Amino acid sequence: MTTLSTHTATPADTPQDAPMVAFRGVTKRYGELTVLDHLDLQVAEGEKVAIIGPSGSGKSTLLRVLMTLETIDDGVIEVDGQPLTHMPDANGSLVPASARYQRGVRGMVGMVFQSFNLFPHMTVRQNVTEAPIRVLGLRKAEARQRAEELLAMVGLEDKLEHYPAQLSGGQQQRVAIARALAMRPKVMLFDEVTSALDPELCGEVLNVIRRLGDAHNLTMLMVTHQMGFAREFADRVCFFNEGQIHEQGTPDELFGNPQRERTQAFLSAVNEAH
Amino acid sequence: MNAFDWAFALEILPRLLDAALTTILIAVSGFGIAVVLGLFLALGRRSRHRWLAWPTGALVEFIRSTPLLIQLYVVFYVLPNYGLSLTALQAGILGIALHYACYTAEVYRAGLDAVPRAQWEAVTALNLAPLAAYRDVILPQALRPILPALGNYLISILKDTPVLSAITVVEIMQRAKNIGSETFRYLEPITMVGLFFLILSLGLAWLVRRLENRLETAR
Ligand SMILES: Nc1ncnc2c1ncn2[C@@H]1O[C@H](COP(=O)(O)OP(=O)(O)OP(=O)(O)O)[C@@H](O)[C@H]1O
Ligand SMILES: [Mg+2]
Repeated sequence: MTTLSTHTATPADTPQDAPMVAFRGVTKRYGELTVLDHLDLQVAEGEKVAIIGPSGSGKSTLLRVLMTLETIDDGVIEVDGQPLTHMPDANGSLVPASARYQRGVRGMVGMVFQSFNLFPHMTVRQNVTEAPIRVLGLRKAEARQRAEELLAMVGLEDKLEHYPAQLSGGQQQRVAIARALAMRPKVMLFDEVTSALDPELCGEVLNVIRRLGDAHNLTMLMVTHQMGFAREFADRVCFFNEGQIHEQGTPDELFGNPQRERTQAFLSAVNEAH
Repeated sequence: MNAFDWAFALEILPRLLDAALTTILIAVSGFGIAVVLGLFLALGRRSRHRWLAWPTGALVEFIRSTPLLIQLYVVFYVLPNYGLSLTALQAGILGIALHYACYTAEVYRAGLDAVPRAQWEAVTALNLAPLAAYRDVILPQALRPILPALGNYLISILKDTPVLSAITVVEIMQRAKNIGSETFRYLEPITMVGLFFLILSLGLAWLVRRLENRLETAR
């Protein structure tokens, strides 16, 4: 098994205990509908946070605004102390971020999607080397070596020249994880990455994520419906309801002894369904 | 008098073939320019910047809503007043290319729209810049399904080339008319021109269909 450093050391001017990800009063609306409602959330470096909650409560939206796939209407998001949607101007006040500035901050974040979203016209190898070459400016040989290491880590070293359509869903999702990791993000976002998979293929993907958690000092935010995995893997579980964090705590606290009625109702409904 | 005169047909064949080369030159170069220009028009129209998207959209709609003949007149007879003098052939190629660029732009637009949003999200998550995103990820996926539609526009351009005779370009149809007015025989030259277009169009349509089949089976 190859060991991989996922990111460079924290810059000296960042305080050790500053959060890696911070949402401060973040609001997101679609027309009349408020999907994130003055949301506050801080995630420490290396912390694994599982996000659970009913459908439509804004879990995906939380990850999507952090990936800049959606804009926010109010509040500030910071990654490693740097605002994501705004940048400081010459006087130090915040102005809307330029595309260039945003690309700089966004580079610290990677995301894996429910539907994999691999590039169908590229081989597995090309999928993983494309962005490191084009964005990080790696030489082809370097990018290939990085791809080979990562694909070995996800157990797909023999599929380098395959196209996504020739792989199972679980294999595609593992390629997608390798592709995101090849950019050496500090923060990884997983949005229901096993929901599109047959149950017997979930395990192989969860195993890869588990290994990531062990091997790397990677900050992870994971939306999941798999309570068992959240309980075993996460340092903290956030229960989402109506665009807010309704309750949060360690897995043992939240699953073992939920305090609020809404949380209890959700967890018992989930338990019954299984 | 009304019977097809084979000897006469043979006699005028070299002159017609000579003009046929002009027709093919117009169609191929007009198509080549239209395919490239159309892509830029489609990208311009999709731009986030309104100052680019809006005028591009207006230009495309304007050209698509007015006849080719009028556009050719503008390029050949009006633009010289503003300092742009072109030969009839240059003006004809430019006019037909511009006209069809606006049609191919719509084809590109359909192809680009058909690329799933999820691909754009992957592109954003990987932080690819717009140039690399379009070139490496979006366009290759957008182009495959629209190649046959683009091919069909080559056939349309070919069949529209006689319009250029209005600005004095001597393409095959104009040559046939000239032969007719010199000899008072129209049957042979016009029949031969018709056959020329028929054969070329059928040949191109066959190629487009083969391309279509190859794309189908390659899925
Ligand atoms: N582009 C959009 N336009 C309008 N409404 C949207 C859009 N995207 C999401 N929504 C709405 O925002 C709300 C929150 O959506 P979100 O996808 O974040 O929920 P979720 O918690 O991830 O739910 P699920 O568990 O079903 O994935 C939903 O009511 C959804 O319908
Ligand atoms: Mg969701």
